[in-house]
Amino acid sequence: MPLLEVHELRKSYTGEEVVRGIGLQLEAGECYGLLGPNGAGKTTTLRLCLGLTDPDSGTVNLLGLPIPRAAREARIRIGVVPQLDNLDPDFTVFENLLVYGRYFGETDAILRGRIPDLLDFAGLGNRGKSKIQALSGGMKRRLSLARALINDPDLLFLDEPTTGLDPQARHLIWDRLRRLVAQGKTILLTTHFMDEAERLCQRLSIMDHGRIISTGTPRELISRHIEPEVLEVYGEGVEDWAQQHAALAERSEHTGETMFCYSHHAAPLIATLENRPTLRFLHRPANLEDVFLKLTGRDLRD
Amino acid sequence: MRAKDFRPPVLSLRFGHVWRRNFLVWRKLAIPSMLGNLADPMLYMLGLGYGLGAFVGEVGGVPYITFLAAGTVCYSTMNTATFEALYSAFSRMHVQKTWDAIMNAPLNLDDVIAAEAVWAASKSFLSGCAILIIIWALGLSHSPLTLWIVPLAFLIGLTFACLGLVMNSMAPSYDFFLYYFTLVITPMVLLCGVFFPTDQLPAPLQLFSSILPLTHAVQLARPLVMGAVPAQALIHVLVLLAYAAAGFYAALVLTRRRLLT
Repeated sequence: MPLLEVHELRKSYTGEEVVRGIGLQLEAGECYGLLGPNGAGKTTTLRLCLGLTDPDSGTVNLLGLPIPRAAREARIRIGVVPQLDNLDPDFTVFENLLVYGRYFGETDAILRGRIPDLLDFAGLGNRGKSKIQALSGGMKRRLSLARALINDPDLLFLDEPTTGLDPQARHLIWDRLRRLVAQGKTILLTTHFMDEAERLCQRLSIMDHGRIISTGTPRELISRHIEPEVLEVYGEGVEDWAQQHAALAERSEHTGETMFCYSHHAAPLIATLENRPTLRFLHRPANLEDVFLKLTGRDLRD
Repeated sequence: MRAKDFRPPVLSLRFGHVWRRNFLVWRKLAIPSMLGNLADPMLYMLGLGYGLGAFVGEVGGVPYITFLAAGTVCYSTMNTATFEALYSAFSRMHVQKTWDAIMNAPLNLDDVIAAEAVWAASKSFLSGCAILIIIWALGLSHSPLTLWIVPLAFLIGLTFACLGLVMNSMAPSYDFFLYYFTLVITPMVLLCGVFFPTDQLPAPLQLFSSILPLTHAVQLARPLVMGAVPAQALIHVLVLLAYAAAGFYAALVLTRRRLLT
C-alpha cells in the first residue's frame, strides 16, 4: 500500500488556483522529489498532504488515514523539516529535541535514549547544551532534521532542505538523507536544485503553475524529454555561427550569450567549431536542468 | 470566512505538552518573573494603599489598603494573562513560528490555543498567589475565605487570556496591542472598582461598568478579602466563564482563518 496517495488535489487562494489537480503516490522506502520553480505550488502541496490546510477538492490519504480529517493522528508517524527553521530559541539543542518529542506523546525515558543517537547522526554530538542562537545555518538545518526524526517516523516531509546552505553543509545533509533512505525511511522532498533532485530522488515530479508536468526517475525524465547530448556554445560571433550551423542540432535555444544545441549526435556540430577561435564550447550529456528548463521555460520567477 | 473555521474545538490531551513547553521556558526565568509578580502589585498597594489611604481613610468599613488589595488581585491577574496572551503568544505564533513547529507534530491549532489560554491563566494563578501572600504578610486579612482567591485568580486569568488571544489573532505587529490597552484594559482598570467603589461613578458609567468582566472579578475578590461570602457569586463566575468561552471561540475561529488557509 502506498504511504501517501494524492488524487486530483486543488487549492485556491483569493481566486488564484495554486494547486491545480495534483496526483501522486509514494511507495515505502523511496525518496520522491517535487521539483519546481518558486511559486510552483510545492509548499502548498506539502501543507495539504500534512492536513495543515484543507483542499478545495481532491483527496489525500496519508499512512492509510484520510487527510485532513485524521491529520493529527497521521502526524504521529510523520517527520517534517520546514522550509524555514522554527527551532525553539528558548531551549538548548537537547531541550529542543526533548520538548518536541513530547508533542508526540513519547515518554522522557524513550526520548532521552534516542536523543544522543540523533545528535550524533546530525553531527551535533557535542552540542547538546548549546543555545540555538550559537548554531550556524547548517547546524540549525541538521537539528531540524534530527527533530523531524525524534518520533522515529515512517515518512519524512522535507521542504527545501538545503536552501540557503553552503556546499559543504548541503553535502552533509544529502549524505544523511541517503543514509535515512538506506535505513528504510520514506522521504518526500521539495527542491528547486537539480543536482539535489538528481542525486537523492529515485522518482520525481516536475511541477509548475500548480500542476505536475512530468513524473519518472531522473534518467527517464531526461530520455523522455531531451536529446542525450548538449553543446553549449558562447563567445564573439555566436549568432553568426548559429545562423549557419544550428540547424545541425535537433533543437537549439539562445539564452543570453549562450547557444544551447540539443542532439543525439553532436560530432558534426563540434566539427563546425574547429575554425572558430573566438567561440568556446562545452559538450556534455543532457541533465535534469535541461529537462527542467525545457518544461518550465527560461523566464524568471518571482 | 469558511464554514470550517466555525467548527467546534476538538482537543487532544497532548495539548498538555504545549503548556509544559511554556512552563519550562518560564522556569528558566522563574525568579525574576516571580519577583516582578510580587514587586509591581506591592508597590501599588504600599504606595497608594498607605499614601492615598492616609487621605481616604476607610472605604466600605475597611482601611483603604485592604480595599485596594482586592482590586490589586484582580487588576494584576488580568494584566499577567493579558501580557502573556498578547506579547508572548504573538512571539510564539508570529515571530518564532513555534506554533507552526507544534502543528507539524500530532497537535492542531485548537490544542495550541487551548494550551496558550490555560498557560496564561496559570501565570495569573501564580500572580494571584503572590499577592495573596502579601495580603497575609501585611496582615490585611485573616479570613480563610481568602483562599478562594487562588481559584479565582485562575478564572480571571483564563477570561483575560481568551480575550487577549482574540487580539492576538488579529494583530499585524506588537504595536497593535497598544489599542487594546488604551481602549480596553485601561478603562477597565479605572471603571471596574479596582481603586474606588463603582458607585462613585455617574449612572451611565456604572451601567457600562456592570457589563465589564473585571467588575465581576472585583465583586468576587473584594468580599473574600474582607472575609465575607460574595453576593450573587454564581452570577459573577458565570459572567467570567461566558467571557472566557466567547473569547476562546472567537480566538479559535479568527486564528484558524489566519493560520490554516
